[in-house]
Amino acid sequence: MSKTYYDPSDLRKFGNITEWSEELGKKFFDYYGKVFEEGALTAREKALIALAVAHTEQCPYCIDAYTKDTLQRGVTKEEMMEAIHVGAAIKSGATLVHGVMMMNKVNKLEM
Amino acid sequence: MSEIKKKQSLHKRNDQLADAKRQLEILNNGIFANGELPKFADKISESGQLPLKPKKLEILQINVGYMCNQVCEHCHVDAGPDRKEIMTKETMQQCLDVIKNTGAHTLDLTGGAPEMNPNFRWFVEEASKAGIKDFIVRSNLTIIRANKKYYDLPDFFKKYNVHVVSSMPHWTRGKTDKQRGNGVFDASIKALQELNERGYGMPDSDLRLDLVYNPSGAFLPGDQTSMEKDFKKALLEDFGIHFHNLFAITNLPISRFLDYLIASDNYEDYMYALVEAYNPAAVENVMCTNTISVSWDGWLYDCDFNQMLGLKVASKIKHISEYNEDILNDRNIIISQHCYGCTAGAGSSCQGTVA
Repeated sequence: MSKTYYDPSDLRKFGNITEWSEELGKKFFDYYGKVFEEGALTAREKALIALAVAHTEQCPYCIDAYTKDTLQRGVTKEEMMEAIHVGAAIKSGATLVHGVMMMNKVNKLEM
Repeated sequence: MSEIKKKQSLHKRNDQLADAKRQLEILNNGIFANGELPKFADKISESGQLPLKPKKLEILQINVGYMCNQVCEHCHVDAGPDRKEIMTKETMQQCLDVIKNTGAHTLDLTGGAPEMNPNFRWFVEEASKAGIKDFIVRSNLTIIRANKKYYDLPDFFKKYNVHVVSSMPHWTRGKTDKQRGNGVFDASIKALQELNERGYGMPDSDLRLDLVYNPSGAFLPGDQTSMEKDFKKALLEDFGIHFHNLFAITNLPISRFLDYLIASDNYEDYMYALVEAYNPAAVENVMCTNTISVSWDGWLYDCDFNQMLGLKVASKIKHISEYNEDILNDRNIIISQHCYGCTAGAGSSCQGTVA
């Protein structure tokens, strides 16, 4: 085991996951590739969604990959940061909306 | 690095990377010598494309000098105001003799800022008489606004029906100025508007105006068609500017871009990205297979990048003064690891993608 859990060079080895399960690995990468193709959403819009999700998932590999990917697509810093704020807003909203659950429980328990 | 130092070429700074041999040493060693990444020759031999041979000559690209009014961070020419290499009228005359008889359909003048060569206008006038189908001048746009002696360039280009190809790294001021220098974006916008006023780049106009996009950093260009759509929308909405096509060009790891990659600790990642994006289909149409590049002092090269690396053509014909298209076309193209820049993804050439 290396001294750190994450190694940037491991991102280049992502494709190697097919070595231990070729069928499932291949199905995954085919699906992954298809998802990011130009469709009802542009590939640029999809890259921005991926960048936001990369942050909410706090995946260093995904942040590395989709920062580069959005830059390649000519996305500006302002657009990238706004996308991350969308992710952050949903993440914090998802926490706070559970406050209603807490309030319901308190109201049920208290006299 | 201080701002003043940044505004000088590597040559002026006597930087070790001004030496082409040092650049080739870097490209031939490290990750390419220890087996981490395959050398370009090994890669193309996998698909039976070694030796790389020219096809029919289509483009004669002439570099009329390395002097430029800009000092762009990514410049593979290491051009700038401090570069004194300028094509003489005598060499231009030798080029004209070739232009009159070439089988190439495109004449492509580049630099530096080609307009800064004192004999540029004479050369354009004379070359235009040869009746070459597509006559390109690679203009950096800001030169048109740099000094009043250049203000009439849009009219001059129009008079000789020159096809203008101009660099524009992004449709936003920030990204453009970061790569090309402060004030470049505003001057470029003004120049584009002036070209539009003469009819350049307008829909259905025969006065061709194309833009070149280079990524402003250590990443590859995105899809050329999508980028063109984004550029067109933004430049039209924000500034009322029209242009015809966008050429997405990959930055090759030589000269100032190599210097940047090493200084920013991006060199290895960038080379990995280029090798991972290697596309054998792009090798088929890579620009050195249909181009001859002529340097300011008349030497012949497979492409502008080989010119900057000092890699003269592997032919007994090496100079414009002894030019012979048939003999030249029988050569093997000289390759090194920088060639991965032209074969990544959809490929890259001075005319944009190739695959």
